Amino acid sequence: MNKALTIYSGTLLDEHIRFTLMELSVLGKTSAEWVIELVDEGVLEPEGETATDWRFDARALKRLQAVERLQRDLGINLPGAALVLDLLEEVEALRQQRSNA
Amino acid sequence: MEYKDYYKIMGVAKSATADEIKRAYRKLARKYHPDVSKEANAEQKFKEVGEAYEVLKDPQKRAAYDRIGSHWQEGQSFTPPPDWGTGFEFSSTTNAGFSDFFESLFGGHSPFGARHQRQGQPFHAHGEDHYAKILIDLEEAYSGATRTISLQIPEVGADGQIVNKTRKLNIKIPKGIKSGQRIRLAGQGGAGYGSGKNGDLFIEIVFNKHPYFYVKNRDVYLELPITPWEAALGAVISVPTLSGKVDVKIPPNSQTKQKLRLKARGLPGMPPGDHYIILEIVTPPAKTSEARAIYEKMAKILPMNPRVELGG
Repeated sequence: MNKALTIYSGTLLDEHIRFTLMELSVLGKTSAEWVIELVDEGVLEPEGETATDWRFDARALKRLQAVERLQRDLGINLPGAALVLDLLEEVEALRQQRSNA
Repeated sequence: MEYKDYYKIMGVAKSATADEIKRAYRKLARKYHPDVSKEANAEQKFKEVGEAYEVLKDPQKRAAYDRIGSHWQEGQSFTPPPDWGTGFEFSSTTNAGFSDFFESLFGGHSPFGARHQRQGQPFHAHGEDHYAKILIDLEEAYSGATRTISLQIPEVGADGQIVNKTRKLNIKIPKGIKSGQRIRLAGQGGAGYGSGKNGDLFIEIVFNKHPYFYVKNRDVYLELPITPWEAALGAVISVPTLSGKVDVKIPPNSQTKQKLRLKARGLPGMPPGDHYIILEIVTPPAKTSEARAIYEKMAKILPMNPRVELGG
């Protein structure tokens, strides 16, 4: 049998992609209320003034999902998870600088 | 199926108290959490630890596990004893992604899973999102690539039993992708329950370390060693870029650390990245008296103080 070779392309979550509040909630399998809470906590920083104008980038989805994992797996509260995310991004930036030196 | 030594995985004695087990778990969970850890195969370790804790934290399961006996070795071929699970009160778990060893002892078809079958109301839920990482070479990001990845996917059968399946997926990696960016494959994650939709698969792309290029965003950097005379007199040098060799003109009186930019020769995109060349002057050693004489002559004819900014 000739097994058909399916090649999945998927959606590239690049720097140009933007999500509305609803789109981000659906992609992140969560509620709009929770996304709003993350914005209030400063974990997510959308462009736009009001919730209806908010546009989130791919990094927001990544952070949303990481917060969920950190909370579920390590029992960290929201400010703690936010701090972990910020520190992780800083470590990543430093690591990149160092490997370039 | 291989025997799993949960005590060994947790790094605790068989006599460990519930508190000791909890502390060991917290510590290991932090160490191997895939979002935090830089350990190789952190994800696999994290799952193992989670599985071990799932059994050892529950007095019923721990007692049942202990009854299998201590003569087993980690990784040894294992079949559950025929009287397995008799005489215990069982609790339910959701344990997607655990080992076959766990599934046979505590999963859907085991006595531990038997009371877990849902009754009455049909149950609908989203499948879980899955996450994976692929390492690719910079050249692959430049030209695009197709990669086959193998994923261990726990699947829920019609009878509610969870089976680990290896699934191969061919994935197109679009050209110009940046390290850290992700590809989302809708519906390729965990199976949904009832009429719930499948979860998604998120694949993060990470670049392998390149022998001489390094990347910031879409810009590619190359440290280019040149001789003192090439730097002083200027030269045309053949330089590797992602799009192949390019002849680059080194202007006269160039210095170390000086940057040359080849526009739009970095990673493709909108806008494409640039290719930067960072000059690095390498001096020939003064090994012979003749070579020393040349350096002495330079010192006399070209006196200079490169340390003016250091205060003399």
